[in-house]
Amino acid sequence: MTDPALIWSYLAQGPLLWLTVTLLAYWAGDTASRAAGRRPLVNPVLVAVILLAAVLGATGTPYATYFEGAQFVHFMLGPATVALALPLYANLARVRRAALPMLAGLLAGSVTAVVSALAIARALGVEGSVLASLAPKSATAPVAIGISERLGGQPTLTAVLVLLTGIIGAIVATPLLNALRIRDWRARGFATGVAAHGIGTARAFQVHETAGAFAGIGMGLNAVLTALIAPAILRLFL
Amino acid sequence: MIPALVTLLGFQLAGEVASRALGLPLPGPVLGMVALVIAFSLWPALVEIVRPVAQGLLAHLSLLFVPAGVGVVAHLPVLAAEGPAIAVALVGSTVLAIAAGALAFAGVARLTGNSEGEPRHDAP
Repeated sequence: MTDPALIWSYLAQGPLLWLTVTLLAYWAGDTASRAAGRRPLVNPVLVAVILLAAVLGATGTPYATYFEGAQFVHFMLGPATVALALPLYANLARVRRAALPMLAGLLAGSVTAVVSALAIARALGVEGSVLASLAPKSATAPVAIGISERLGGQPTLTAVLVLLTGIIGAIVATPLLNALRIRDWRARGFATGVAAHGIGTARAFQVHETAGAFAGIGMGLNAVLTALIAPAILRLFL
Repeated sequence: MIPALVTLLGFQLAGEVASRALGLPLPGPVLGMVALVIAFSLWPALVEIVRPVAQGLLAHLSLLFVPAGVGVVAHLPVLAAEGPAIAVALVGSTVLAIAAGALAFAGVARLTGNSEGEPRHDAP
């Protein structure tokens, strides 16, 4: 029988262990979400992140070691973003018809996201590089990280804030939009994608194909607009 | 499956190259997505080639955010110090942004006469 410590040191070096554990944690999160009837609070990403954080803490594994295994999953974000072309193409006729409402929703959602985040944080005493890290948090992760770098923020902190924003958006969207009596799937999905990027989009796809398609478009357009407006808005708050 | 993967990765690659070469603010995958929509309209047969893999990826989009999300553990000190302020800012601004975006979209849709209301209550 081999020494368990040797087996552990082998596993700790390769990507196999953390890739498997990541999929396992997500499976648990997705199962929990399904069992809860897709109730927004039982978000699969949230459950998986909590489980994995607990496992890393219990085994004393640094995040960098974990990420070496999990990067294969992380990498698929790129091709998945390209794959959003499919629902976009399927809804192209409706997108063209909805050009004006989309423009209005994009401007309102995108500007509100940046301005209100900075205004609230500034009023509560947040300053400097944390503020810069916060500005692009509604944009999709790869874009937000790039914006944060240019603004003098901390890219990895931005990645976390982006993720938290997505989870919050996925949780609040349904009750909030019901309370506002918005019944247009396009409006519901689009606003969720603008404010809560890919995680909001994933949530939208769970509920309705049209909402998902418009969420994907909202996410893509907001990535562009945030890159353009965030630097100017941040200057007002520094 | 292989032609679909080649298509998705190829468009991402082209997007990354274009984004960097032209110094665009848009990230490569977003450019790749736009280019793929154009390619679909020029050659509709491509849709069926990409569909199975694309649908598989999009069905599990949430999974792909997990590794970045676990990065929370590396930022616990900052989050502990400024946590309450950041939490209020994130929740407040996300609620306001979703509300503003949806109301603006629905309002303009009503004004321009292209509403698509459906009396459902389980939407995102």
